[in-house]
Amino acid sequence: MKHIDMFKKIASNPAEYAQGWKKQTHGRVVGHFCSYTPEELITAADALPFRILGSGTTISKAGEFLQAYSCSLVRGALEDALTGRLDFLDGTVFPHTCDSIQRLSDIWRMNTNYGFHADLIMPVKLDTESAEQYMLTVIHKFRKDLEAGLGTKITDAMLEKAVRTSNQVRNLLAALYEIRKASPGKIKSSDLHTIIKASMVMDRGLLADLLGEVVTALEEQRDDTASKPKRLVLSGGLCSMPDIYDIIESSGGAVVWDDFCTGARYFEGRIDETGDLEKNIARRYMSRIVCPAKHSGIFSRGGHLVEKVKENNADGVIFIFLKFCDPHAFDYPYMKEMLQKEGIPSILFEIEEQTSSGGQLRTRCEAFMEML
Amino acid sequence: MQTDDRREKTMTAMEKIKDPEKEKRKIKSDKKMRAIMAAYYMEAKTPKEITGKKIAWITSGGPVEPLHVMDVIPIYPENYGAMIGASKMGVELCEKSEQMGYSSDLCSYARADIACATVNGGPIGGLPAPDMLICCNNICGTVLKWYEVQARYFNVPLFILDTPICHTEFNPDMKRYVTAQIKEYITLLEKICGKPFDYDRMKEVGRLSVQGQKLWQEILDTTMNRPAPMTCFDAFFHLAMIVTLRGTQIAVDYYESLLQEMKDRIAQGIGMLPEEKYRLVWDNIPVWYKLRWLSDKFAAHSACLVADTYTSGWCGTMKYLDENDFLGSLAEMYTRIFLNTGTDIMADNIIKMVEKYEVDGVVFHSNRSCKPYSLGQYDIQRLIKEKVGIPTLMIEADMTDERSFSESQVETRIDAFIEMLR
Repeated sequence: MKHIDMFKKIASNPAEYAQGWKKQTHGRVVGHFCSYTPEELITAADALPFRILGSGTTISKAGEFLQAYSCSLVRGALEDALTGRLDFLDGTVFPHTCDSIQRLSDIWRMNTNYGFHADLIMPVKLDTESAEQYMLTVIHKFRKDLEAGLGTKITDAMLEKAVRTSNQVRNLLAALYEIRKASPGKIKSSDLHTIIKASMVMDRGLLADLLGEVVTALEEQRDDTASKPKRLVLSGGLCSMPDIYDIIESSGGAVVWDDFCTGARYFEGRIDETGDLEKNIARRYMSRIVCPAKHSGIFSRGGHLVEKVKENNADGVIFIFLKFCDPHAFDYPYMKEMLQKEGIPSILFEIEEQTSSGGQLRTRCEAFMEML
Repeated sequence: MQTDDRREKTMTAMEKIKDPEKEKRKIKSDKKMRAIMAAYYMEAKTPKEITGKKIAWITSGGPVEPLHVMDVIPIYPENYGAMIGASKMGVELCEKSEQMGYSSDLCSYARADIACATVNGGPIGGLPAPDMLICCNNICGTVLKWYEVQARYFNVPLFILDTPICHTEFNPDMKRYVTAQIKEYITLLEKICGKPFDYDRMKEVGRLSVQGQKLWQEILDTTMNRPAPMTCFDAFFHLAMIVTLRGTQIAVDYYESLLQEMKDRIAQGIGMLPEEKYRLVWDNIPVWYKLRWLSDKFAAHSACLVADTYTSGWCGTMKYLDENDFLGSLAEMYTRIFLNTGTDIMADNIIKMVEKYEVDGVVFHSNRSCKPYSLGQYDIQRLIKEKVGIPTLMIEADMTDERSFSESQVETRIDAFIEMLR
């Protein structure tokens, strides 16, 4: 696939990419933790939004700051910060999501020194008018915090351009998902995952150009795979284990959609490019399908998942969570039950970023495919 | 089995011959407290057709005062979680929730309560079913998920009071947002209860709430005396009233009498411990199923836990309260509770307690069930060492799920910690 080697290089070492980008552009890099970060504001400030996922290294220093019952993302990211692996950052943004990220923000602020520190205290419930009003003030404050943190001014023109670029990226990523959904043989899920992972740290202008080329090439390409894989939807938090996709594909499955913040949630929902842009940005984060740490009705995530399974003619669902991820673990029983009622089989994989239990996952995955 | 029976018989025999020294130290108000709480649960468990009162389940940090105004009975699943833990039913209920698909890494209050709702079990035969769920996320994000589960199960309205976390500040945008929600809360109560909100009564309930909080703080402050007339283990017990009946005359009356008892004890020189060599502060939710064991363990070393960060949580935001505009200051009071602030602010809170109660060490409970309370404790430990230079102890446990408690390990750590105090 076009440009895949470059995407792979970036995804396997995002820090190296960011350092290179910085050298070349003399620009600033802003780290952040979550798909609720309005990246367009960072791009508008001429900085690089860099989604921190943790390099997956062994925990040595983070253990002095975080108990063992915090998830591997939180521990892994702090480990990277404490060992200097993120010393290219000019600031870090913590959108308020779960209890662990909330405390990570404090620990980060108290023990690291990477430029500015911005807490993005968004509303937790996203289905009321007062919450939308508040969200708007949060977006506005974030713009001011970024301006202060980076010593720059974000003009409306800059923001407009950034919103256009991010919409373009979202459209192209959505196009890739559509291509995979129609012909899973054309694009390997591990490759698509690699592209998304790289997308979250790359220069967004360059990314839009490259993705455009990838989409065009794939659209022209014919799908001549004869096999009929089992069609699967993945549900969960972030997933930064490329191995999972290989395991699924080699066990006779094909991922056709997901509900990951490092997946469809990253590109779902466009921002209206006309009118009051802050308001439009606020609206996107209010209306997009929620992460389980946020609230929008009590059946929204389960309903969304069932819908995605049907829409994509999927045969089953694989839940993939990080161990110790409370919000996902709380939603799992009801979502599984909603699937059951529709006759949709599912299985749960609880994973930790730093530990690879590939063998066991493979066995369970193969058994699940057979059952389908 | 036989050994247990024998032990029980011996215990009963021993109780009959009361040790006057021990009797003197017992807090006499305990009985009254038990009676009030029993009456409270009795009313809550009485069929609604008889009481004519609706039932709201509410989180421990939620604004209960508007419920009292509307004659709604507040029920606290967290308080119930503590009862489950103390009656050692935690493991069984947690296991049941795990069979339902909930991960064993989740909050044990939530797990136990979710399981309890589905089986008519648990202490007092389960909680009365709610007519509404009031969830304030000022204590954690976990309550949001827990109450969503219960809203699906009971199919009743869920109100979320979303209190933005104040890592470093409480800003006017936050205040506006929470204030708007207080109004939404009242509108919802009017709708569910089918009657208008009585703002005059709110003033009265507000006054009682403030009075109750002040009394509770005064009670906690009596341990500034040497010897301390009570310990944090007693505070854990007497806390239930300020949590559940805050804003009522009952709580005010009870705490007035408890305060008087504490003052009398001070006047007579009665301490909770026969000898008070060391004074300590406790951090985090109690280990409910090991209260007695822990209390005895520390007492055996003449170490008195004179204060804690947990029970003072229900009177720690009085400084943000405007007595003449209770409703108007609710937003700030409920948003700025210590668990909804940054780790450094929580550290300052403990350091102030260390100074106020003149303690020799701090005991941390690293509680698997409570991430917002526990993550950051290592930093707080370091800050205490730097700023006040006293020893600290970290106990790894869980508030309700006994499977996460290793008695021998905790015992060794306590012994080593006491050595450091010498």
